[in-house]
Amino acid sequence: MTAALEFRDVVFAYPARGPRPGFTIRDLSFSVGAGQIFGIIGPNASGKTTLIRLLSKVLEPARGQILLDGEDVGRLERASIARRVAVVPQDVPAGFPYVVEDLVLMGRFPHAPRRFFESDADRDEALRAMATAGISELRGETLDRLSGGERQRVMLARALAQRSPLLVLDEPTAHLDLHHQAECVALLRRLNREAGLTIVLISHDLNLVAEVCDRLLLLRAGAAAGIGRAEAVLEESILTSVYRCRVVVDKHPTTRRPIVQIAWPDPEGR
Amino acid sequence: MSPRSRLIALLAVLALAAAAAGIAALFIGSARLSARAVIAAMTTGHGRSGVADVIVLSLRLPRIAAALLAGGALAVAGVGFQGLTRNPLAEPAVLGVSSGAAFGVVTAQVFGLRVGVLEAFGLTALAFGGAVVAGTAVLAIASRAGGLPVHTLVLAGVIVGIFFSSAITVLISVVDFDRLGGVIYWLLGNLAPLPAPALGVFAATSAVGFWLVLGQARSLNVLALGEEAALQLGVDAERTKWRIFTGAALLTAATVAFAGPIGFVGLIVPHALRMTLGPDHRVLVPAALLAGGVFLLAADTLARNLVAPAELSVGVITSLCGAPFFVYLLRSRASRLER
Repeated sequence: MTAALEFRDVVFAYPARGPRPGFTIRDLSFSVGAGQIFGIIGPNASGKTTLIRLLSKVLEPARGQILLDGEDVGRLERASIARRVAVVPQDVPAGFPYVVEDLVLMGRFPHAPRRFFESDADRDEALRAMATAGISELRGETLDRLSGGERQRVMLARALAQRSPLLVLDEPTAHLDLHHQAECVALLRRLNREAGLTIVLISHDLNLVAEVCDRLLLLRAGAAAGIGRAEAVLEESILTSVYRCRVVVDKHPTTRRPIVQIAWPDPEGR
Repeated sequence: MSPRSRLIALLAVLALAAAAAGIAALFIGSARLSARAVIAAMTTGHGRSGVADVIVLSLRLPRIAAALLAGGALAVAGVGFQGLTRNPLAEPAVLGVSSGAAFGVVTAQVFGLRVGVLEAFGLTALAFGGAVVAGTAVLAIASRAGGLPVHTLVLAGVIVGIFFSSAITVLISVVDFDRLGGVIYWLLGNLAPLPAPALGVFAATSAVGFWLVLGQARSLNVLALGEEAALQLGVDAERTKWRIFTGAALLTAATVAFAGPIGFVGLIVPHALRMTLGPDHRVLVPAALLAGGVFLLAADTLARNLVAPAELSVGVITSLCGAPFFVYLLRSRASRLER
């Protein structure tokens, strides 16, 4: 069965600025099976966002191949890529002037980029996506009036309107409170189960990915430091080495999944 | 009502307004003509007095056409530049693009090009060249890590504008005094009754520019998500940017070539439209074409008649409206940025 997403020996380097060496992704290879929930974790500047840019052809690799459903991204047109993968960014630029419904409608662009106006079918898709994300009543609002959780769901609705089989989320729970985090996870699981969406999650929240993801990729300085099931990757010595911070890994009381915590030094030095 | 029918209805209303304004302007002028004389000149072409014919058909009508065209072109260029730079303070004059075009035109005039169809193309070409050089310089100076922050954009525009104005001054000082007078007057920005061939070239060039900008209207909307997000939605960002830039530069160049540098139309009209019609470029671009024409026609009618029988240059009127409006914008945007 073809993988939903595959990186084969990908090499990429940002151009160096002055005396600091350019950041590189080195010989990265991994694959995400169709219908999986896949997590990408790693310290800051380890290459997580760069990965998203590479798979969506915002950047192109110097060597190697990136395959979406078996097809080389390098040979696909942008609209075609957008129909296969929807990226949910963390936020929109400040001062975004369009209302929620128009933003969600933009998710339909890749399906008919040459049209001047969206079709009725496009509008129906947008409404459906807003309903799935639970934001139908926000359709006429501008973004600055919404809370962090609501904006996140708006961005998700736009990605859902794209109807792509692969969903990539960049730090989806970064600005969410506990309630909204739980909601977000529930929604992603539902989409995965009912709509068969393949989901790739980039996150700093190791416990979230431990709970939700079937498999994980741990990145360090642009290379894979670990790949596999959460129990295998979220291991004390690996994490301590990659994050350069002492870490303790326990088991969650109900789900038995790994729980990662920083091994805080005793504040009173006992 | 679907968006398409709403847009058509809006454009119909604006077109009617433009037609009404055009017709009304026929009756206003320093030469006091009776309404009957004007109507006679328009309908039969052989009015009661030959003077009325000349005034209405060879002076007022071509000038009204030029005003409608120039206003529309500048307003569309303004919408284009603002969308391209994602910056509401962008417009051909602020970006120094008008000055670049003016430099091109002054160069042409100083080296003796006259007004005929072929020469009109040459004039437009040199204006376009100047506009492109200036615009590119501004974008290059002001770009910061893929963005175009407010302050650097305005600063870059001012710098480039000053540079080309100085270059024009150098040209002027080097040239014969006899050829000077026309150039200096021209630099104030004046709508003159254009002969039909010139009007034709003006209209054709503007049509191309308008078509280029309008074609990217939907992509412009998506670009508001940020360039990276737009790319991820399938927008060919590079092509969109180039087409809009070329279209807006063409519109600016054509206007400067045939009406001289006129400022602030491209700033005021897009903003007024955005405040009333919303941010959708598919609506703003065609609406700007019509509303810009009406605006400049009104300004020009004022310019012609305020100090009759003398004339103010229309650039003076738009600057008088524009400067306070610009300050208002800068302050409201700055206060929003500080939040």
